[in-house]
Amino acid sequence: MGTNFLDNSFFRNIYCNLSKSDDIRCSGGGWLGDGILPAGFEWLAFLITAVVMAMVLINLVLGSVLIFIWAERRLLGRFQSRSGPNRWGPYGTLTPVADAIKTMFKEDIVPTAADRWVFNAAPIVMMVPATMVLAVIPWGTGTFLADLNIGILFIIAITSLSTFAIVMAGWGSQNRYAMFGAMRAVAMLISYEIPMALSLLGVLMLAGSLSLVSVVNAQDVPFILVQPLGFLVFFIASIAEINRAPFDVAEAESELGAGYHSDYSGMKFGLFLNAEFMATILSAAVIVAVFLSGGRGWSFIPSQGWFIIKMIPVLFFIVWTRAAWPRMRIDQILTFAWKGLIILAFINVAVSAILSFVWPDPTMRELWFMVAINFGVLIVSVMAVGAWFGPQGASAPNMSHGDALPRPRPAGQPSGGDS
Amino acid sequence: MIGLGLLNGLIVTMKAAIRGPVTVQYPDRRVGLLGAARELGMSPFQFLVKRPKDAVKAAAGFATVEDKIAQGPRFRGQDFNWYEDRCTGCASCAKFCPLGIIEIVTSPSDTLKSQGEVYNIDVFDIDIGRCMFCGICVEVCPYDALHMGSGFELGTYERKDLVISVDALRTKKNTPSTWFRPQLEETAYNPHSGESRPWTEVGRHEQPTDEELNERWVDER
Amino acid sequence: MTLKSEPVIVNVGPQHPSTHGVMRLRVAFDGELVTDAEMIIGYLHRGSEKLAEERTFTQVVTLTDRMDYVAAMTNNQAYILAVEKLAGIEPTPRGVWLRMISAELQRIASHLIAIGFLMQDLGAMGTPLMYTMREREDIMDMFELMCGARITNSYHRPSGVFQDAPPELWPRLEAFLVEMPGRIDEYEQLISGNEIILSRMRGIGIISPEDMINASITGPMLRAGGVDWDIRHQQPYEYYDRVEFDRPIMDESDNYARYLVRVYEMRESLKILRQCIDQIEPGPARDPEVPFVIRPPKGDAYVPIEGPKGELGFYLVSDGGISPYRCKVRPPSLLNLTLLREMVIGLPMAAMIVTFGTVDINMGEVDR
Ligand code: SF4
Ligand code: SF4
Repeated sequence: MGTNFLDNSFFRNIYCNLSKSDDIRCSGGGWLGDGILPAGFEWLAFLITAVVMAMVLINLVLGSVLIFIWAERRLLGRFQSRSGPNRWGPYGTLTPVADAIKTMFKEDIVPTAADRWVFNAAPIVMMVPATMVLAVIPWGTGTFLADLNIGILFIIAITSLSTFAIVMAGWGSQNRYAMFGAMRAVAMLISYEIPMALSLLGVLMLAGSLSLVSVVNAQDVPFILVQPLGFLVFFIASIAEINRAPFDVAEAESELGAGYHSDYSGMKFGLFLNAEFMATILSAAVIVAVFLSGGRGWSFIPSQGWFIIKMIPVLFFIVWTRAAWPRMRIDQILTFAWKGLIILAFINVAVSAILSFVWPDPTMRELWFMVAINFGVLIVSVMAVGAWFGPQGASAPNMSHGDALPRPRPAGQPSGGDS
Repeated sequence: MIGLGLLNGLIVTMKAAIRGPVTVQYPDRRVGLLGAARELGMSPFQFLVKRPKDAVKAAAGFATVEDKIAQGPRFRGQDFNWYEDRCTGCASCAKFCPLGIIEIVTSPSDTLKSQGEVYNIDVFDIDIGRCMFCGICVEVCPYDALHMGSGFELGTYERKDLVISVDALRTKKNTPSTWFRPQLEETAYNPHSGESRPWTEVGRHEQPTDEELNERWVDER
Repeated sequence: MTLKSEPVIVNVGPQHPSTHGVMRLRVAFDGELVTDAEMIIGYLHRGSEKLAEERTFTQVVTLTDRMDYVAAMTNNQAYILAVEKLAGIEPTPRGVWLRMISAELQRIASHLIAIGFLMQDLGAMGTPLMYTMREREDIMDMFELMCGARITNSYHRPSGVFQDAPPELWPRLEAFLVEMPGRIDEYEQLISGNEIILSRMRGIGIISPEDMINASITGPMLRAGGVDWDIRHQQPYEYYDRVEFDRPIMDESDNYARYLVRVYEMRESLKILRQCIDQIEPGPARDPEVPFVIRPPKGDAYVPIEGPKGELGFYLVSDGGISPYRCKVRPPSLLNLTLLREMVIGLPMAAMIVTFGTVDINMGEVDR
């Protein structure tokens, strides 16, 4: 039984009060005495602690979903020169609550032609991966449910489960728009798993472990500096994984109505929405843990606080891109993954391999050398890959910026004449 | 260079965010504690001490101030303004309404011709549920008796409430829109000021004096 | 071996976020690619042409508002020009200038809507749409000052406009002219160079100029195909021969060209507005001798104007009565739409939506 969570005082209190553990961190028992449960019942104490911890974490994340929904809507409003929700509560903070209540009381419609079982199961399946990823994220020193030694692999494996839910929703609805959305989502998710996993290889070489806790501990210099290319690829891939702009083709509202959840209403729709926002928050958490040195920081703020502070700019950027950029087309998205991101990820793997071969155990000085080299590699490779394999129109030399862009000519000038 | 266009997009949106919202929170704007204190002309501290209850309410986001953009004086809106004293019951407005939604029923009145013979208006129904506020009825009224209204908050629970009857027109406070009424515009009248105009002041022509009236209405009998 | 699959028939519309109203497209898809598309229109048919036959000439102005409801001023203008030609009415100079000012403002407003909703079709979360609506709001406010209505203006009358513009209009117009070029630059910064937009719009939805001429497509769509055809220049009406302006022309004939031509046309419209303000002369805005009920002599008249969407014209036949015997509209939206099938076949679904957006139609005008 992993008892790493005993590092966290909150959980230590629960556990030590319940069990007569002989763990050194429990010496002296809890404030309720030396364990309520009789000896031999440590497993029960562990179970209760784990359930409490899971409840606390899930509810915290659900609560943060509400905050995130509010913050996103306010921010989108600001970016669009309007004020966003402002009716309920101070600055509209209660709007998501009102929305949740409304969603819960809405009529739950199942289309006649729908495949009932698949249709009803899809939202639940959608929630599973979002909640499971929670377990391995180190929210701070000692604040995690499980320190799996395959933590990163676990995340990659579990997040791809949401593909099932999307296909089930699309198939079960018996709606062509939903099917379009589901098919797009599957194609996209499968394509982006690969660069996502590849981009983490460099991190693993540096950290020497798949456990997220050890990855955080290995970051004396945040990996965003040591692995900028890996970060870029991972960030783009994870935005695609969570179906957000500019990769929101699965529910492209201007093309497909609402994509795979067109036919859902009431709380089932709410679950889809909730799962998406949870996935957004969790992907920001993974990015913070893997690339932004998790909860490490100066000690005047607790590590959990550092973790949240670091998540805010990531989430802000995700919202910002949503406000600023239009959606990409599905075939371009796939081309972008296979011809762009995967190549970038391989370049990153190669460079990281060479660097960690040269400096197997880097000192601080050598780490900063790696930073410099990696940033050079980032700029060169992005430009090269962009020029050779980039999506059509975006980066081919005649389609770049400045005067090369076509401009209307005034009438009367012959065509082809440069205006 | 690749990515510059995306970066430009981010810059533009950020600029807009810094510039702040341009929208109006119709019908009222939520103000926080500071905003409410500024509305009352006190410092926030004063506000907290003097009116703690209101201050808590404002801090919780339940203090509002009215926030509306005034329409232009020519705004063609609901609630027609009709001056019975000016109306002769000629029914030009009913005739030229493109939708035919004005219903007028008149009966001869006791007013002598020498006193400016007019008809009794028994029915003057405007079904504004079908009106498109084109203003043609106002344009064709030869005696400047009918004017457009200037409101726009048109909401009723039943369709039949949208029919303006003659009684409603009679009792209503008249704040005519200046649409097609240059004589009102010349006096710099703004209907949104809430000031109402009596029937003698909205006409296109000078009010004839009694002598003139007598001269004009010679009894031919 | 090639696998053959059944085409998927999807009804895009009439209730769909991107059909700009109640247009219905029955599209056959092979995977994501369009293999066939059929347009079904008529969901917004209100019989305006028939209604016009039983209304007086001035009353019909209110019907023209509701044809292209995002460009009511130019509809008014086209209709009134036809009435004036039919009845031989000479407009007052100030009335003509005011009509030109309102028409050019309306052209900007219409192009703003076209660009904003095009970006919405591209999936831009409403940000460009909100920006363009913000500027359109200024124009609508000016319309409100001029004629008391924001969308269904009914501002133009035979022999001019129904009422002179109020003095408050001119400072606002001045401020608008000063501010707007910067705002257009901002749109360009946000949209024109964006790699995603470039890759989604360039080289998509190409249509040859010959085909467009054969299908009598006009307006920005034709000019984006390299054909220099602008009725304001070729057959000047009103006082367009007294103002100087350019016709932006592009040769690509793709979605991006159609978008960019609209942006540049807004700049040209600003130039025209500036010249109108400089040249406008005092005087009555309307000939008081022209009665409300006009009885044109027997005959017919057709006046085309350059509407925001293309050549817009009213063909009026009079039998000497107080209402038109026949009122036929030449709607640019409908005619520009005729080649949509040829444009979208072979494109992915998303590109089909964008192509549809760049045509810039208005269902009120298509169905009338
Ligand atoms: S309101 Fe005017 S047009 Fe209508 S009946 Fe009275 S005077 Fe005649
Ligand atoms: S505003 Fe137009 S539609 Fe309404 S009553 Fe007057 S003429 Fe009829």
